[in-house]
Amino acid sequence: MSALLHVENVSKSFGGVQALRDCSLDVEKGSITGLIGPNGSGKTTLFNVITGYVKPDSGTVTFADKTITNARPNHVFALGVGRTFQLTRIFARISVLENMLVATQRDDSWLRGLTRSMSSKVEVANAMEWLSFVGISQLADLPAGALSFGQRKLLELAYVLVADPDVILLDEPAGGVNLTLINSIAEKIKALNENGKTFLIVEHNMEFVMGLCARVTVMHQGTALVSGSPDEVRSNALVLDAYLGGDDESEYA
Amino acid sequence: MSDTDVFLRFEGIVAGYGGGDVLKGVDFDVSQGGVTCIVGPNGSGKSTLLKTVSGLVRPRLGQIWFKGRGLVGLSPKEILQLGVVQVPQQHSLFREMTVLENVELGAFLVKDKRVIAQRLEHIRELFPIVGERAKDKAGSLSGGQQRLVEFARCLMLEPELVVLDEPSMGLDPKTLRLVFDTIRKMNAVGRTVLLVEQNARQALKMSHDGVVLENGKVRLRGTGTDVLNHPEIGALYLGGSIAPANGPSDPGGKGHE
Repeated sequence: MSALLHVENVSKSFGGVQALRDCSLDVEKGSITGLIGPNGSGKTTLFNVITGYVKPDSGTVTFADKTITNARPNHVFALGVGRTFQLTRIFARISVLENMLVATQRDDSWLRGLTRSMSSKVEVANAMEWLSFVGISQLADLPAGALSFGQRKLLELAYVLVADPDVILLDEPAGGVNLTLINSIAEKIKALNENGKTFLIVEHNMEFVMGLCARVTVMHQGTALVSGSPDEVRSNALVLDAYLGGDDESEYA
Repeated sequence: MSDTDVFLRFEGIVAGYGGGDVLKGVDFDVSQGGVTCIVGPNGSGKSTLLKTVSGLVRPRLGQIWFKGRGLVGLSPKEILQLGVVQVPQQHSLFREMTVLENVELGAFLVKDKRVIAQRLEHIRELFPIVGERAKDKAGSLSGGQQRLVEFARCLMLEPELVVLDEPSMGLDPKTLRLVFDTIRKMNAVGRTVLLVEQNARQALKMSHDGVVLENGKVRLRGTGTDVLNHPEIGALYLGGSIAPANGPSDPGGKGHE
Protein backbone atom coordinates (compact mmCIF):
# COMPACT_ATOMS: atom_id res chain seq x y z
CA MET A 1 0.00 0.00 0.00
CA SER A 2 1.39 3.36 -0.93
CA ALA A 3 1.39 6.23 1.52
CA LEU A 4 -1.21 8.99 1.19
CA LEU A 5 1.54 11.55 1.58
CA HIS A 6 5.02 10.63 0.44
CA VAL A 7 8.13 12.78 0.76
CA GLU A 8 11.25 11.48 -0.96
CA ASN A 9 14.81 12.73 -0.57
CA VAL A 10 13.90 16.36 -0.17
CA SER A 11 16.75 18.86 0.34
CA LYS A 12 16.54 22.58 0.92
CA SER A 13 19.14 25.20 1.80
CA PHE A 14 18.62 28.78 2.88
CA GLY A 15 21.88 30.56 2.15
CA GLY A 16 24.50 28.61 4.09
CA VAL A 17 22.02 26.75 6.27
CA GLN A 18 20.86 23.34 5.07
CA ALA A 19 17.39 23.05 6.53
CA LEU A 20 16.52 19.73 4.87
CA ARG A 21 18.95 17.05 3.76
CA ASP A 22 17.67 14.03 1.82
CA CYS A 23 14.60 13.92 3.99
CA SER A 24 12.03 11.17 3.39
CA LEU A 25 8.73 10.62 5.15
CA ASP A 26 5.59 8.53 4.65
CA VAL A 27 2.19 9.31 6.08
CA GLU A 28 -0.19 6.37 5.73
CA LYS A 29 -3.84 7.00 4.96
CA GLY A 30 -5.89 7.07 8.14
CA SER A 31 -2.89 7.42 10.45
CA ILE A 32 -1.91 9.97 13.05
CA THR A 33 1.80 10.46 12.44
CA GLY A 34 3.93 12.50 14.81
CA LEU A 35 6.92 14.56 13.70
CA ILE A 36 9.28 15.51 16.50
CA GLY A 37 12.82 16.79 16.72
CA PRO A 38 14.97 19.54 18.20
CA ASN A 39 14.37 23.21 17.43
CA GLY A 40 15.93 23.88 14.04
CA SER A 41 15.81 20.28 12.81
CA GLY A 42 13.66 21.19 9.80
CA LYS A 43 10.12 20.22 10.85
CA THR A 44 8.45 23.46 9.85
CA THR A 45 10.49 23.68 6.63
CA LEU A 46 9.26 20.20 5.74
CA PHE A 47 5.67 21.38 6.31
CA ASN A 48 6.41 24.37 4.10
CA VAL A 49 7.75 22.14 1.32
CA ILE A 50 4.75 19.78 1.51
CA THR A 51 2.23 22.63 1.39
CA GLY A 52 3.98 24.58 -1.36
CA TYR A 53 5.23 27.54 0.67
CA VAL A 54 8.87 26.62 0.03
CA LYS A 55 10.32 25.09 -3.13
CA PRO A 56 12.75 22.26 -2.42
CA ASP A 57 16.18 22.23 -4.11
CA SER A 58 15.67 18.56 -4.91
CA GLY A 59 13.38 15.66 -4.07
CA THR A 60 9.67 14.98 -4.60
CA VAL A 61 6.41 15.22 -2.70
CA THR A 62 3.41 13.12 -3.73
CA PHE A 63 -0.11 13.24 -2.37
CA ALA A 64 -2.64 10.55 -3.30
CA ASP A 65 -0.30 9.47 -6.12
CA LYS A 66 -0.17 12.98 -7.59
CA THR A 67 3.14 14.83 -7.65
CA ILE A 68 2.76 18.10 -5.77
CA THR A 69 6.40 19.17 -5.65
CA ASN A 70 6.48 22.89 -6.48
CA ALA A 71 2.68 23.18 -6.56
CA ARG A 72 1.35 26.47 -5.23
CA PRO A 73 -0.08 26.58 -1.68
CA ASN A 74 -3.67 27.18 -2.81
CA HIS A 75 -3.42 24.26 -5.21
CA VAL A 76 -2.10 21.92 -2.52
CA PHE A 77 -4.87 23.10 -0.19
CA ALA A 78 -7.53 22.53 -2.86
CA LEU A 79 -6.26 18.99 -3.42
CA GLY A 80 -6.97 18.26 0.24
CA VAL A 81 -3.87 19.04 2.29
CA GLY A 82 -4.71 21.47 5.09
CA ARG A 83 -2.33 22.92 7.65
CA THR A 84 -1.98 25.21 10.64
CA PHE A 85 0.99 27.41 11.39
CA GLN A 86 3.29 27.55 14.41
CA LEU A 87 2.52 31.26 14.73
CA THR A 88 -1.03 31.84 13.69
CA ARG A 89 -2.17 33.37 10.44
CA ILE A 90 -5.69 34.71 10.52
CA PHE A 91 -7.53 37.76 9.19
CA ALA A 92 -7.46 40.12 12.18
CA ARG A 93 -10.04 42.67 11.03
CA ILE A 94 -12.93 40.41 10.16
CA SER A 95 -14.90 38.42 12.70
CA VAL A 96 -14.05 34.96 13.94
CA LEU A 97 -17.07 33.55 12.10
CA GLU A 98 -16.14 35.36 8.88
CA ASN A 99 -12.67 33.86 9.10
CA MET A 100 -14.31 30.46 9.21
CA LEU A 101 -16.51 31.23 6.21
CA VAL A 102 -13.48 32.21 4.13
CA ALA A 103 -12.03 28.80 4.88
CA THR A 104 -15.13 26.93 3.71
CA GLN A 105 -14.57 28.14 0.16
CA ARG A 106 -11.74 25.79 -0.65
CA ASP A 107 -13.53 24.24 -3.63
CA ASP A 108 -14.63 27.53 -5.12
CA SER A 109 -12.71 29.60 -7.60
CA TRP A 110 -11.21 32.78 -6.25
CA LEU A 111 -13.62 34.83 -8.36
CA ARG A 112 -16.68 32.94 -7.20
CA GLY A 113 -15.57 33.45 -3.61
CA LEU A 114 -15.43 37.18 -4.21
CA THR A 115 -18.78 37.48 -5.96
CA ARG A 116 -20.70 35.40 -3.48
CA SER A 117 -22.55 37.86 -1.30
CA MET A 118 -23.84 35.47 1.32
CA SER A 119 -22.81 32.26 2.88
CA SER A 120 -25.55 29.70 3.16
CA LYS A 121 -27.19 28.86 6.45
CA VAL A 122 -25.65 25.43 6.22
CA GLU A 123 -22.16 26.92 5.97
CA VAL A 124 -22.74 29.21 8.94
CA ALA A 125 -24.11 26.35 11.02
CA ASN A 126 -21.19 24.18 10.04
CA ALA A 127 -18.69 26.93 10.89
CA MET A 128 -20.32 27.45 14.28
CA GLU A 129 -20.17 23.75 14.95
CA TRP A 130 -16.41 23.69 14.42
CA LEU A 131 -15.99 26.76 16.60
CA SER A 132 -17.85 24.96 19.41
CA PHE A 133 -15.67 21.95 18.74
CA VAL A 134 -12.55 23.94 19.70
CA GLY A 135 -14.44 25.78 22.45
CA ILE A 136 -14.58 29.34 21.11
CA SER A 137 -18.08 29.65 19.62
CA GLN A 138 -18.92 32.39 22.16
CA LEU A 139 -16.30 34.56 20.41
CA ALA A 140 -17.79 34.19 16.90
CA ASP A 141 -18.76 37.84 16.47
CA LEU A 142 -15.53 39.38 17.79
CA PRO A 143 -12.90 40.61 15.34
CA ALA A 144 -10.31 37.84 15.16
CA GLY A 145 -7.64 40.37 16.11
CA ALA A 146 -9.19 40.63 19.58
CA LEU A 147 -8.44 37.00 20.39
CA SER A 148 -5.57 36.03 22.65
CA PHE A 149 -2.72 34.03 21.19
CA GLY A 150 -4.05 30.71 22.46
CA GLN A 151 -7.54 31.47 21.13
CA ARG A 152 -6.04 32.30 17.73
CA LYS A 153 -4.42 28.88 17.65
CA LEU A 154 -7.81 27.32 18.32
CA LEU A 155 -9.41 29.43 15.60
CA GLU A 156 -6.75 28.29 13.19
CA LEU A 157 -7.41 24.68 14.07
CA ALA A 158 -11.15 25.17 13.46
CA TYR A 159 -10.30 27.06 10.27
CA VAL A 160 -8.44 24.07 8.87
CA LEU A 161 -11.02 21.55 10.02
CA VAL A 162 -13.96 23.37 8.45
CA ALA A 163 -12.28 23.14 5.05
CA ASP A 164 -12.48 19.36 5.42
CA PRO A 165 -9.08 18.39 3.99
CA ASP A 166 -8.10 14.72 3.67
CA VAL A 167 -4.80 15.13 5.47
CA ILE A 168 -4.26 17.73 8.17
CA LEU A 169 -0.82 19.06 9.09
CA LEU A 170 -0.75 20.60 12.55
CA ASP A 171 2.25 22.71 13.58
CA GLU A 172 2.44 22.71 17.39
CA PRO A 173 -1.29 22.56 18.12
CA ALA A 174 -0.64 22.38 21.88
CA GLY A 175 1.78 25.31 22.04
CA GLY A 176 0.30 28.14 24.10
CA VAL A 177 -2.90 26.22 24.87
CA ASN A 178 -3.91 25.39 28.43
CA LEU A 179 -3.45 21.78 29.53
CA THR A 180 -7.10 20.89 30.02
CA LEU A 181 -7.89 22.15 26.54
CA ILE A 182 -4.91 20.22 25.12
CA ASN A 183 -6.43 17.00 26.44
CA SER A 184 -9.75 17.86 24.91
CA ILE A 185 -8.11 18.67 21.55
CA ALA A 186 -6.32 15.31 21.66
CA GLU A 187 -9.67 13.56 22.18
CA LYS A 188 -11.12 15.44 19.23
CA ILE A 189 -8.24 14.58 16.92
CA LYS A 190 -8.76 10.94 17.86
CA ALA A 191 -12.45 11.16 17.04
CA LEU A 192 -11.73 12.77 13.66
CA ASN A 193 -9.13 10.14 12.95
CA GLU A 194 -11.62 7.38 13.70
CA ASN A 195 -13.80 8.96 11.03
CA GLY A 196 -11.00 8.65 8.50
CA LYS A 197 -8.96 11.87 8.75
CA THR A 198 -5.20 11.55 8.38
CA PHE A 199 -2.97 13.71 10.57
CA LEU A 200 0.69 14.74 10.54
CA ILE A 201 1.50 16.57 13.77
CA VAL A 202 4.55 18.55 14.83
CA GLU A 203 4.55 18.97 18.60
CA HIS A 204 6.99 19.25 21.51
CA ASN A 205 4.51 18.13 24.13
CA MET A 206 5.59 14.50 24.39
CA GLU A 207 2.55 13.37 26.33
CA PHE A 208 0.36 14.67 23.53
CA VAL A 209 2.45 13.10 20.73
CA MET A 210 3.10 9.77 22.37
CA GLY A 211 -0.51 9.36 23.44
CA LEU A 212 -1.97 10.23 20.08
CA CYS A 213 0.38 8.98 17.38
CA ALA A 214 0.71 5.37 16.27
CA ARG A 215 3.88 6.26 14.42
CA VAL A 216 6.46 8.91 15.16
CA THR A 217 9.26 10.22 12.96
CA VAL A 218 12.18 12.01 14.58
CA MET A 219 13.94 14.73 12.60
CA HIS A 220 17.51 15.70 13.30
CA GLN A 221 19.64 18.15 11.33
CA GLY A 222 17.27 18.20 8.40
CA THR A 223 16.75 14.52 7.94
CA ALA A 224 14.47 11.79 9.29
CA LEU A 225 16.62 10.06 11.90
CA VAL A 226 14.26 7.35 13.15
CA SER A 227 10.66 6.26 12.54
CA GLY A 228 8.70 3.86 14.67
CA SER A 229 6.10 3.37 17.35
CA PRO A 230 6.20 5.78 20.31
CA ASP A 231 7.87 3.09 22.43
CA GLU A 232 10.54 2.36 19.84
CA VAL A 233 11.28 6.03 19.41
CA ARG A 234 11.35 6.78 23.10
CA SER A 235 13.86 4.07 23.84
CA ASN A 236 16.13 4.87 20.91
CA ALA A 237 19.53 6.08 22.11
CA LEU A 238 19.98 8.50 19.21
CA VAL A 239 16.64 10.13 20.00
CA LEU A 240 17.39 10.39 23.69
CA ASP A 241 20.63 12.11 22.89
CA ALA A 242 19.45 14.41 20.12
CA TYR A 243 16.06 15.37 21.43
CA LEU A 244 14.90 14.23 24.82
CA GLY A 245 18.27 14.81 26.47
CA GLY A 246 18.39 12.04 29.06
CA ASP A 247 16.01 9.57 30.60
CA ASP A 248 14.34 11.95 33.03
CA GLU A 249 12.62 13.80 30.20
CA SER A 250 9.14 13.16 31.50
CA GLU A 251 9.60 15.94 33.99
CA TYR A 252 9.64 18.48 31.19
CA ALA A 253 7.89 16.68 28.39
CA MET B 1 -1.48 53.26 47.96
CA SER B 2 2.23 53.34 47.52
CA ASP B 3 4.31 51.17 49.78
CA THR B 4 8.05 51.08 49.22
CA ASP B 5 8.36 47.71 50.96
CA VAL B 6 6.30 46.05 48.28
CA PHE B 7 8.34 45.06 45.24
CA LEU B 8 5.54 44.93 42.68
CA ARG B 9 1.84 45.53 43.39
CA PHE B 10 -1.15 45.37 41.09
CA GLU B 11 -3.90 47.56 42.48
CA GLY B 12 -7.36 47.45 40.91
CA ILE B 13 -6.09 47.04 37.37
CA VAL B 14 -8.76 47.45 34.71
CA ALA B 15 -7.54 47.33 31.11
CA GLY B 16 -8.53 46.33 27.61
CA TYR B 17 -8.11 47.13 23.95
CA GLY B 18 -11.17 49.28 23.34
CA GLY B 19 -13.67 46.44 22.86
CA GLY B 20 -14.50 45.89 26.52
CA ASP B 21 -12.27 45.27 29.51
CA VAL B 22 -10.00 42.25 29.47
CA LEU B 23 -8.79 42.86 33.04
CA LYS B 24 -11.63 43.58 35.45
CA GLY B 25 -9.91 44.61 38.65
CA VAL B 26 -6.71 42.71 39.34
CA ASP B 27 -5.04 42.96 42.76
CA PHE B 28 -2.00 41.06 43.97
CA ASP B 29 1.59 41.53 45.14
CA VAL B 30 4.75 40.05 43.68
CA SER B 31 7.42 39.56 46.31
CA GLN B 32 11.02 40.46 45.66
CA GLY B 33 13.44 37.66 44.85
CA GLY B 34 10.75 35.12 44.01
CA VAL B 35 9.32 33.43 40.96
CA THR B 36 5.63 34.18 40.49
CA CYS B 37 3.70 32.20 37.91
CA ILE B 38 0.35 33.28 36.45
CA VAL B 39 -1.79 30.50 35.00
CA GLY B 40 -5.30 30.45 33.57
CA PRO B 41 -7.36 29.57 30.53
CA ASN B 42 -6.77 31.03 27.08
CA GLY B 43 -8.19 34.54 26.95
CA SER B 44 -8.25 35.14 30.71
CA GLY B 45 -6.03 38.24 30.43
CA LYS B 46 -2.60 36.86 31.34
CA SER B 47 -0.68 38.46 28.47
CA THR B 48 -2.61 41.71 28.86
CA LEU B 49 -1.61 41.87 32.52
CA LEU B 50 2.07 41.43 31.65
CA LYS B 51 1.77 44.17 29.03
CA THR B 52 0.50 46.60 31.66
CA VAL B 53 3.72 46.05 33.62
CA SER B 54 6.00 46.85 30.71
CA GLY B 55 3.90 49.80 29.56
CA LEU B 56 2.64 48.28 26.32
CA VAL B 57 -0.95 48.47 27.55
CA ARG B 58 -2.08 51.36 29.69
CA PRO B 59 -4.66 50.41 32.33
CA ARG B 60 -7.93 52.33 32.24
CA LEU B 61 -8.10 52.22 36.04
CA GLY B 62 -5.74 51.20 38.82
CA GLN B 63 -2.06 51.49 39.52
CA ILE B 64 1.03 49.29 39.38
CA TRP B 65 3.59 50.01 42.08
CA PHE B 66 7.19 49.01 41.49
CA LYS B 67 9.31 49.66 44.59
CA GLY B 68 7.01 52.52 45.57
CA ARG B 69 6.86 54.07 42.15
CA GLY B 70 3.72 54.16 40.00
CA LEU B 71 4.30 52.61 36.55
CA VAL B 72 1.00 53.58 34.93
CA GLY B 73 1.61 56.31 32.39
CA LEU B 74 5.35 55.70 32.08
CA SER B 75 6.66 54.84 28.61
CA PRO B 76 8.03 51.34 27.94
CA LYS B 77 11.52 52.85 27.80
CA GLU B 78 11.18 54.52 31.20
CA ILE B 79 9.99 51.23 32.64
CA LEU B 80 13.00 49.45 31.11
CA GLN B 81 15.27 52.01 32.77
CA LEU B 82 13.74 51.12 36.13
CA GLY B 83 14.96 47.54 35.56
CA VAL B 84 11.82 45.83 34.28
CA VAL B 85 12.37 43.78 31.10
CA GLN B 86 9.79 41.72 29.25
CA VAL B 87 10.20 38.91 26.75
CA PRO B 88 6.99 38.90 24.69
CA GLN B 89 4.98 35.88 23.62
CA GLN B 90 5.45 36.29 19.90
CA HIS B 91 8.76 36.52 18.09
CA SER B 92 10.35 39.91 18.55
CA LEU B 93 13.84 39.64 17.05
CA PHE B 94 14.88 41.78 14.09
CA ARG B 95 14.99 39.08 11.45
CA GLU B 96 17.35 40.89 9.08
CA MET B 97 19.89 41.64 11.80
CA THR B 98 22.40 39.12 13.08
CA VAL B 99 22.00 37.19 16.29
CA LEU B 100 24.83 39.16 17.88
CA GLU B 101 23.35 42.50 16.81
CA ASN B 102 20.02 41.51 18.30
CA VAL B 103 21.59 40.55 21.61
CA GLU B 104 23.68 43.72 21.74
CA LEU B 105 20.52 45.76 21.20
CA GLY B 106 19.33 44.46 24.54
CA ALA B 107 21.96 46.66 26.16
CA PHE B 108 20.95 49.83 24.32
CA LEU B 109 20.61 51.71 27.60
CA VAL B 110 24.15 50.79 28.69
CA LYS B 111 26.85 53.21 27.53
CA ASP B 112 29.99 51.55 28.87
CA LYS B 113 31.41 49.23 26.18
CA ARG B 114 33.43 47.21 28.66
CA VAL B 115 30.30 46.43 30.64
CA ILE B 116 28.57 45.34 27.45
CA ALA B 117 31.49 43.08 26.51
CA GLN B 118 31.52 41.54 29.98
CA ARG B 119 27.82 40.78 29.95
CA LEU B 120 28.05 39.38 26.46
CA GLU B 121 30.79 37.03 27.59
CA HIS B 122 28.58 35.77 30.40
CA ILE B 123 25.58 35.38 28.12
CA ARG B 124 27.59 33.36 25.57
CA GLU B 125 28.28 30.89 28.35
CA LEU B 126 24.64 30.67 29.33
CA PHE B 127 23.40 30.48 25.75
CA PRO B 128 26.02 28.91 23.45
CA ILE B 129 23.84 29.63 20.44
CA VAL B 130 24.69 33.34 20.77
CA GLY B 131 28.32 32.52 20.00
CA GLU B 132 27.70 29.71 17.53
CA ARG B 133 25.24 31.61 15.35
CA ALA B 134 26.54 35.13 16.10
CA LYS B 135 26.79 36.20 12.46
CA ASP B 136 23.66 34.49 11.13
CA LYS B 137 20.54 36.50 10.52
CA ALA B 138 18.06 36.03 13.35
CA GLY B 139 15.38 35.21 10.77
CA SER B 140 17.29 32.09 9.71
CA LEU B 141 16.94 30.54 13.18
CA SER B 142 14.14 28.18 14.08
CA GLY B 143 11.33 29.34 16.35
CA GLY B 144 12.85 27.79 19.46
CA GLN B 145 16.32 29.11 18.73
CA GLN B 146 14.89 32.61 18.34
CA ARG B 147 13.29 32.29 21.75
CA LEU B 148 16.69 31.55 23.31
CA VAL B 149 18.19 34.61 21.67
CA GLU B 150 15.32 36.69 23.05
CA PHE B 151 16.22 35.49 26.55
CA ALA B 152 19.85 36.32 25.98
CA ARG B 153 18.88 39.80 24.81
CA CYS B 154 16.69 40.45 27.84
CA LEU B 155 19.53 39.58 30.23
CA MET B 156 21.86 42.19 28.69
CA LEU B 157 20.17 44.83 30.86
CA GLU B 158 20.65 42.78 34.04
CA PRO B 159 17.05 43.50 34.96
CA GLU B 160 15.64 43.43 38.49
CA LEU B 161 12.30 42.13 37.31
CA VAL B 162 12.11 39.76 34.37
CA VAL B 163 8.67 39.40 32.81
CA LEU B 164 8.25 36.30 30.64
CA ASP B 165 5.22 35.52 28.50
CA GLU B 166 5.10 31.77 27.89
CA PRO B 167 8.84 31.14 27.82
CA SER B 168 8.40 27.43 27.05
CA MET B 169 6.28 27.86 23.95
CA GLY B 170 7.72 26.14 20.89
CA LEU B 171 10.73 24.71 22.69
CA ASP B 172 11.92 21.11 22.36
CA PRO B 173 12.32 19.13 25.61
CA LYS B 174 16.08 19.71 25.86
CA THR B 175 15.82 23.44 25.20
CA LEU B 176 12.85 23.68 27.56
CA ARG B 177 15.01 22.28 30.32
CA LEU B 178 17.76 24.79 29.51
CA VAL B 179 15.25 27.64 29.64
CA PHE B 180 13.68 26.53 32.92
CA ASP B 181 17.14 26.02 34.42
CA THR B 182 18.10 29.49 33.23
CA ILE B 183 15.03 30.99 34.87
CA ARG B 184 16.03 29.27 38.13
CA LYS B 185 19.57 30.59 37.78
CA MET B 186 18.39 34.13 37.05
CA ASN B 187 16.26 33.93 40.15
CA ALA B 188 19.08 32.45 42.24
CA VAL B 189 21.25 35.49 41.53
CA GLY B 190 18.52 37.81 42.73
CA ARG B 191 16.29 38.57 39.77
CA THR B 192 12.59 38.51 40.47
CA VAL B 193 10.65 36.62 37.82
CA LEU B 194 7.01 37.11 36.83
CA LEU B 195 5.87 34.66 34.21
CA VAL B 196 2.85 33.38 32.35
CA GLU B 197 3.05 29.75 31.38
CA GLN B 198 0.77 27.14 29.82
CA ASN B 199 3.29 24.48 30.69
CA ALA B 200 1.78 25.14 34.07
CA ARG B 201 2.73 22.05 36.02
CA GLN B 202 6.47 22.46 35.50
CA ALA B 203 6.29 26.21 35.93
CA LEU B 204 4.34 26.06 39.19
CA LYS B 205 6.77 23.51 40.57
CA MET B 206 9.63 25.97 40.31
CA SER B 207 7.55 28.99 41.39
CA HIS B 208 7.31 30.35 44.92
CA ASP B 209 3.94 31.94 44.21
CA GLY B 210 1.08 31.08 41.90
CA VAL B 211 -1.78 33.23 40.67
CA VAL B 212 -4.79 31.89 38.79
CA LEU B 213 -6.35 34.44 36.50
CA GLU B 214 -9.86 33.74 35.25
CA ASN B 215 -11.97 36.02 33.13
CA GLY B 216 -9.88 39.08 34.01
CA LYS B 217 -9.82 38.55 37.77
CA VAL B 218 -7.67 36.74 40.31
CA ARG B 219 -9.43 33.49 41.07
CA LEU B 220 -6.83 32.02 43.41
CA ARG B 221 -3.57 33.14 44.97
CA GLY B 222 -1.14 31.00 46.94
CA THR B 223 2.18 29.25 46.85
CA GLY B 224 3.07 27.44 43.64
CA THR B 225 2.35 24.14 45.40
CA ASP B 226 -1.04 25.35 46.68
CA VAL B 227 -2.15 26.19 43.16
CA LEU B 228 -0.70 22.99 41.74
CA ASN B 229 -2.57 20.86 44.26
CA HIS B 230 -5.86 22.75 44.24
CA PRO B 231 -8.35 20.13 43.01
CA GLU B 232 -10.64 22.46 41.11
CA ILE B 233 -7.83 24.39 39.44
CA GLY B 234 -6.19 21.12 38.45
CA ALA B 235 -9.29 19.92 36.68
CA LEU B 236 -10.02 23.25 35.00
CA TYR B 237 -6.61 24.36 33.80
CA LEU B 238 -3.87 21.87 34.51
CA GLY B 239 -5.21 18.99 32.47
CA GLY B 240 -6.86 17.30 35.43
CA SER B 241 -5.19 15.27 38.11
CA ILE B 242 -5.80 12.03 36.28
CA ALA B 243 -3.82 10.27 33.55
CA PRO B 244 -3.63 12.00 30.16
CA ALA B 245 -6.53 11.83 27.75
CA ASN B 246 -4.88 8.98 25.97
CA GLY B 247 -5.14 6.18 28.45
CA PRO B 248 -2.97 3.16 27.85
CA SER B 249 0.13 4.69 26.30
CA ASP B 250 1.25 6.71 29.27
CA PRO B 251 4.71 8.00 28.34
CA GLY B 252 7.43 6.15 30.16
CA GLY B 253 4.92 4.72 32.61
CA LYS B 254 5.82 7.47 35.02
CA GLY B 255 2.35 8.85 35.53
CA HIS B 256 1.21 12.26 34.53
CA GLU B 257 4.38 13.98 35.54
